[in-house]
Amino acid sequence: MSAVRVLAGTRKGAFILQADAKRDRWKIEGPLFPGWEIYHMTGSPADPQRLYASQCSSWFGQVMQRSDDGGRTWRTVNNEFTYAGTPGTHQWFDGTARPWEFKRVWHIEPSPTNPDVLYAGVEDAALFRSDDGGESWRELDALRTSSTGSTWHPGAGGLCLHTIIVDPTDAQRIYVAISAAGAFRTDDGGATWRPINQGLHSEYIPDPNAEVGHCVHRLAMHPAKPQVLFMQKHWDVMRSDNGGDRWHEISGNLPTDFGFAIDVHAHEPETIYVVPITSDREHFPLDGALRVYRSKSGGNEWEALTKGLPQEHCYVNVLRDAMAVDRLDSCGIYFGTTGGQIYASSDSGDSWTAIARDLPPVLSVEVQTLE
Amino acid sequence: MIRVLLPAHLKVLANIGGEIEVEPEGAPTIVSVIGAIEERYPALRGTMLHHGTRTRRAMVRFYACNTDLSHEDPTSVLPDAVANGSEPLLIIGAIAGG
Repeated sequence: MSAVRVLAGTRKGAFILQADAKRDRWKIEGPLFPGWEIYHMTGSPADPQRLYASQCSSWFGQVMQRSDDGGRTWRTVNNEFTYAGTPGTHQWFDGTARPWEFKRVWHIEPSPTNPDVLYAGVEDAALFRSDDGGESWRELDALRTSSTGSTWHPGAGGLCLHTIIVDPTDAQRIYVAISAAGAFRTDDGGATWRPINQGLHSEYIPDPNAEVGHCVHRLAMHPAKPQVLFMQKHWDVMRSDNGGDRWHEISGNLPTDFGFAIDVHAHEPETIYVVPITSDREHFPLDGALRVYRSKSGGNEWEALTKGLPQEHCYVNVLRDAMAVDRLDSCGIYFGTTGGQIYASSDSGDSWTAIARDLPPVLSVEVQTLE
Repeated sequence: MIRVLLPAHLKVLANIGGEIEVEPEGAPTIVSVIGAIEERYPALRGTMLHHGTRTRRAMVRFYACNTDLSHEDPTSVLPDAVANGSEPLLIIGAIAGG
């Protein structure tokens, strides 16, 4: 019988929640790595027993963890992320040049086909690749040393590379997103990169239509339509139908188009989910009501999903890496909050249940569908 | 033999119960002692000193013989009492927060 495993990274450790395909009773294990920030924990699509976790602390820096048995046991792998060559500088908040300095791993993206191949998106923004299950890392430095790299500057959360998407039909094509630089694409496995931000409009930068400088919060793709990308930007929900060459806005009737998380239904490539957040000044749901919005038309026409979600006095946030879907026939949608709740829907978002209520602030949620 | 006390988070990370002992080559320094710790416990690599530069992480402190050695040259020789094992080197996670 199928099962679902939810991997949650929090400010104070990691948790693994597991249920059978009915998804009505959840067993919660954790905290793993108690007291440490787990920015991301995820599994290999090619080997669901292979998990990776990014464990970090302001005191002791970055640790990388790997499990080969679905999270029962863990061992550390290499935590040395060294920028290639002479790192150079990027812009700081005050406009001065600041040397690139590694701080933490925000996101781990295993290859769709090889459990030993994985990518790590780090702060200060760079992309690293491992071909040996995390035992060694090398930077794909053409991204950072490209013509625009020295002009990138951090957003409030840091100069972080937070989204990595490997095209499931072409492993040479990889998309990344950086706050606050924008989205970038390689078509040759990382040898060359180009910004893909045409069509983005950001009033908070001097040239609202600039090539880079946009605060992209998250990208999402459905594997059956790899040319179609969805984006939650600082403000605006966006869509591209040509691999990021051009974007257009699909915010439509959303009550606010600020937010962090965005994801796509497992079986319906035109069904997408966002969690609108009031504004960049007020990182909580509009009117204190936690609502997921779903579009079944690929954007513009959105419906509020509220059944089972708190509709008053709710002032949590849903961070960019904290939403995921399972692949069961009736698609499950999951998201975690800064209030420590993990909400799950086993009916594509029609109704929701809190499967964990009092965890530390949730930084990331990933879901594995186990056969 | 150098006696070392590690902070709780690092003991858990490396599955260490209590005080440890290491024997670095040559006269002991912060850098050589931590190098010996990392060789025996690879999970601790880079958690006390930065990779590459081998400089102290900002929120890690080194105490010995009632003295804060955190701002000393990490390649200078540790006090005799640490070198001869009568006093431990204390590696501390700085008290921070509120």
